[in-house]
Amino acid sequence: MDGPVPGRASAGVWAPAASSCSSAAPEGRMCVCPGPRRIGIPVRSSSLPLFSDAMPAPTQLFFPLIRNCELSRIYGTACYCHHKHLCCSPPYIPQSRPRYTPHPAYATFYRPKESWWQYTQGRRYASTPQKFYLTPPQVNSILKANEYSFKVPEFDGKNISSVLGFDSNQLPANAPIEDRRSAATCLQTRGMLLGVFDGHAGCACSQAVSERLFYYIAVSLLPHETLLEIENAVESGRALLPILQWHKHPNDYFSKEASKLYFNSLRTYWQELIDLNTGESTDIDVKEALINAFKRLDNDISLEAQVGDPNSFLNYLVLRVAFSGATACVAHVDGVDLHVANTGDSRAMLGVQEEDGSWSAVTLSNDHNAQNEREVERLKLEHPKNEAKSVVKQDRLLGLLMPFRAFGDVKFKWSIDLQKRVIESGPDQLNDNEYTKFIPPNYYTPPYLTAEPEVTYHRLRPQDKFLVLATDGLWETMHRQDVVRIVGEYLTGMHHQQPIAVGGYKVTLGQMHGLLTERRAKMSSVFEDQNAATHLIRHAVGNNEFGAVDHERLSKMLSLPEELARMYRDDITIIVVQFNSHVVGAYQNQEQ
Amino acid sequence: MHVPEDAVVSSADVALALASAASQSGVQIYDRTSILHVMVKRGQVAGVETDKGQIQCQYFVNCAGQWAYELGLCSEEPVSIPLHACEHFYLLTRPWETPLPSSTPTVVDADGRIYIRNWQGGILSGGFEKNPKPIFTEGKNQLEIQNLQEDWDHFEPLLSSLLRRMPQLETLEIVKLVNCPETFTPDMRCIMGESPSVRGYFVLVGMNSAGLSFGGGAGKYLAEWMVYGYPSENVWELDLKRFGALQSSRTFLRHRVMEVMPLLYDLKVPRWDFQTGRQLRTSPLYDRLDAQGARWMEKHGFERPKYFIPPDKDLLALEQSKTFYKPDWFEIVESEVKCCKEAVCVIDMSSFTKFEITSTGDQALEILQYLFSNDLDVPVGHIVHTGMLNERGGYENDCSIARLSKRSFFMISPTDQQVHCWAWLKKYMPEDSNLILEDVTWKYTALNLIGPRAVDVLSELSYAPMTPDHFPSLFCKEMSVGYANGIRVMSMTHTGEPGFMLYIPIEYALHVYNEVMSVGQKYGIRNAGYYALRSLRIEKFFAFWGQDLNTLTTPLECGGESRVKLDKGVDFIGRDALLQQRQNGVYKRLTMFILDDHDTDLDLWPWWGEPIYRNGRYVGKTTSSAYGYTLERHVCLGFVHNFSEDTGEEQVVTADFINRGEYEIDIAGHRFQAKAKLYPVPSLLTHKRRKEDVELSDLHGK
Repeated sequence: MDGPVPGRASAGVWAPAASSCSSAAPEGRMCVCPGPRRIGIPVRSSSLPLFSDAMPAPTQLFFPLIRNCELSRIYGTACYCHHKHLCCSPPYIPQSRPRYTPHPAYATFYRPKESWWQYTQGRRYASTPQKFYLTPPQVNSILKANEYSFKVPEFDGKNISSVLGFDSNQLPANAPIEDRRSAATCLQTRGMLLGVFDGHAGCACSQAVSERLFYYIAVSLLPHETLLEIENAVESGRALLPILQWHKHPNDYFSKEASKLYFNSLRTYWQELIDLNTGESTDIDVKEALINAFKRLDNDISLEAQVGDPNSFLNYLVLRVAFSGATACVAHVDGVDLHVANTGDSRAMLGVQEEDGSWSAVTLSNDHNAQNEREVERLKLEHPKNEAKSVVKQDRLLGLLMPFRAFGDVKFKWSIDLQKRVIESGPDQLNDNEYTKFIPPNYYTPPYLTAEPEVTYHRLRPQDKFLVLATDGLWETMHRQDVVRIVGEYLTGMHHQQPIAVGGYKVTLGQMHGLLTERRAKMSSVFEDQNAATHLIRHAVGNNEFGAVDHERLSKMLSLPEELARMYRDDITIIVVQFNSHVVGAYQNQEQ
Repeated sequence: MHVPEDAVVSSADVALALASAASQSGVQIYDRTSILHVMVKRGQVAGVETDKGQIQCQYFVNCAGQWAYELGLCSEEPVSIPLHACEHFYLLTRPWETPLPSSTPTVVDADGRIYIRNWQGGILSGGFEKNPKPIFTEGKNQLEIQNLQEDWDHFEPLLSSLLRRMPQLETLEIVKLVNCPETFTPDMRCIMGESPSVRGYFVLVGMNSAGLSFGGGAGKYLAEWMVYGYPSENVWELDLKRFGALQSSRTFLRHRVMEVMPLLYDLKVPRWDFQTGRQLRTSPLYDRLDAQGARWMEKHGFERPKYFIPPDKDLLALEQSKTFYKPDWFEIVESEVKCCKEAVCVIDMSSFTKFEITSTGDQALEILQYLFSNDLDVPVGHIVHTGMLNERGGYENDCSIARLSKRSFFMISPTDQQVHCWAWLKKYMPEDSNLILEDVTWKYTALNLIGPRAVDVLSELSYAPMTPDHFPSLFCKEMSVGYANGIRVMSMTHTGEPGFMLYIPIEYALHVYNEVMSVGQKYGIRNAGYYALRSLRIEKFFAFWGQDLNTLTTPLECGGESRVKLDKGVDFIGRDALLQQRQNGVYKRLTMFILDDHDTDLDLWPWWGEPIYRNGRYVGKTTSSAYGYTLERHVCLGFVHNFSEDTGEEQVVTADFINRGEYEIDIAGHRFQAKAKLYPVPSLLTHKRRKEDVELSDLHGK
């Protein structure tokens, strides 16, 4: 996996490929849109009357369409019909990714400028079409609305953590956003957990995973004695040991209603861990713990949906969680030991600073999708030979799902009987939903999907400066090398720009002045953001063909109405973890 | 500006020269010795504990520069010295091909924020940047001291303006960029004088980067202060006691010095208000007043309303108050003054310092009679305006004292007297548990109802007759206002207008204010601010302590004879000096000037400090000024001296001398004719509107 993933819409994960869409009627209704708004594009229109409310097919059809070779025609048509309105920029397709069809954002270049304005003007203004751009402060307030920074507290100037802190941010495209993020410090063991979660078919599953997964991991990492102590405390009603210290943005919420249910499932898990303990080895393998935690949580999600809950709200919630899906990319940092557990197509990328100061990207996760041949192989091996053609079709699992591993998505895990039984006994909302009733085609030997993560281990070195965890919304707009370079330059610009010292050299005032002016120009682009993740989003959304942020473009992208944003970009969630090279270096020296 | 006598002095050399001169006179200097703490015995410095042993002493001077704050705390009785350091950078270069001569003038480019001078044939150039870097906020920190490095990126704007001013310097070679922290104070003035809490503990610090220029003079005044007990000039503006512990928060200082340092090279316009470190002390009515358009100024940390912007006023047009000419608040203040004259205004004056002095016996009266020049042995309920004088008869404070009961007094002083007055009273009060001094500033919200209809508002709110027969002037009563009982009502204002001061326990403040405003509506009540107050009091020739009066002015020099009872039967501080002065005559006299040919719209305004000319000769400077909306003229107050034509010596100033002169006030080089008055203009005291001037608009609510 050395190339970027082609554009895909996570809300469109469920969208069938173009061919099946045009032929099979039930599949056409398959999309589950989170909101009531459905804006459509005719499947084979040559004139692109783009944003009429009357269009019947769901928005989500658009991208699969593009990916299935319709693109050139749409582009061509758009150019033909709207050449008077075109933005002047030519399509920017980086040299680094010629294999792939351009991703949705490129469509912007071809998008007639006025079209979405006509659409909004219909509501806001009577006649005069007038251009309106967000001002830089407005752009900033949108970009910064979800930004969060955490610095690991230092004591007496001695920072014993290999993590300096992290910056995170997210920019919604779906309404509501389906991405989630989590960050927490393990209090009973050392180490910090960070994760991004990309939901599809709604946000229920990604929400549940974001609040529960770290507990499962932390519990898996706990030594036997601590588990016993906690269990005894629960049993005797004493105060519990805290397990996680969360680092949350105010917008990151936890479900109050399900809290008790979730706790009970977690407790059952640790009770089993206690019972299973043979008392032999005390060493806990982090890799194993991560895998167990992922699998266990997915199992609990599935079980909870099968068992149901007497409370009708909770009952509906657990079903929504199970029937929606989420990918997860989680990093566990403890000293120099970095584990990345990945399920799905989010990515963890390490920023490495070479001796000459340049930046290179080291991928610490593999995407689980059709672009990963090993995954395709795995799926084919796991199912009978006669399914070889249907199990991965049009680059999707069973022709439907883009990620090949995910939480939830019981439609790809349960037997047909089980699905029918649960839906029939479930609440009316579920029963009335065309999507939940729909059974994937060629569904013979479930399960087709797993939440088991692939765990990568990396031993941190002093040149490993930061880790970027991000959902595919970022990776489909930017090359990993650019991501690492932008973050690297941002971080050094902010914190490590080497001070100039004259010391002994012959420097004239004029030379110094030239040097300083240059440095300042470089800094000013960085100054706007106090958060590396925000800086990255600014580039991801606003970069022009020269790789520089273009305010007009940024402003246009951010002022897209909710209904349209998803056509141009996916939800983006980013966590940038900064490492403390001094601490990492000290670890290294100790062990030498 | 070229100053031919300008010179460059090396501070290190000056310090060494002074040290060796002092050693020769027997002074012992301990090098490399650090002070552990200052020992205090019964409020008096007793010695210092150093890492090399104890040193007994009677006086201790804290000249520790940027470490003075910390050293101040290293005392058994902590002394708060509000100052904070900022990094300061200057550049040194190698010599010019032909080295600059030592006669090269020092250049200051205030717009470019830099100074340039000759240094060993090359140049030395530094500046005061817009974005200072405060340092040592957490005190003397080893890490920060080690990290005092050159910061070229930070110096870039200054370097740019240097090369813009003198492009030819481009080829000069750099020696280094020096990072040398400087200390700054919250108001850009240095700090000197005796600690309010520890006798014998003196301070001389916070020179705001001008230590070398001011050092000589400041040292002289401090020496006088230590030897004679007071300096020979008025240095109130530099006195440590202008600050209290409230200005000593590290966060406050850090933020404030970031505003102060760039100010060094900024144009200082009149009525400047600091923007940082605000909203520290506020009245409970702050939000109410702010919502009604109040614009605020700060005094001793307390927010006070300057004026109220009417709702219909264009706010954008009001942002240009930074002028030496007619300011944009002119019409706003005019309408507030008019309302004070014709109807009733309410001014929040909670910032004034309020003390209560009580005793079990007659101790309170006895000590107050000794400390104050007026006779305080008045019937209960009376209010007395009086000066608090020093041995030389000069004003240490000017205040109003109400006798609440036989044994209890309520004292109101200017806002910035909180520390000074407290220290003065403490110094003279015997250690007696039967005599209690309490600072009650925070306990009361003070509202000034000012104007002819104030009496109507109050009587309606209290169901009590408020007419002069029942409530004569300068009287104090506790009564109910609205639902609130126990409000201290005083029939006095600080401007000479009719009206009342209401001292309200803070929990009642909002209630009383709301009642006053709602009942007052039909009398045309409105809010007013300090600018209106200022105009009113200057027009009425009311001198204010801290502006017109100081420790070197006596009551006899400013028409305050009526507030001095030389024959009250008891001795008081300053009595002898005043008796002497009454016999010898005064050498200066506070005079009111009314500008004649000054065009308010077009001419520069007088603000304060303008030279006064009598018959073409300089006789003194103005101390305060304001536009008098009733006189429709500018009014200045200032002291007139009588310098001998031959020797320049000060001579006696008589009423005749004042009256028989032609006066001019010099505003920025232009002289305006002025009428001199020794007493307020009588017509102002009985303001009556003529029948034929009444308009329909007078019926509008204000």
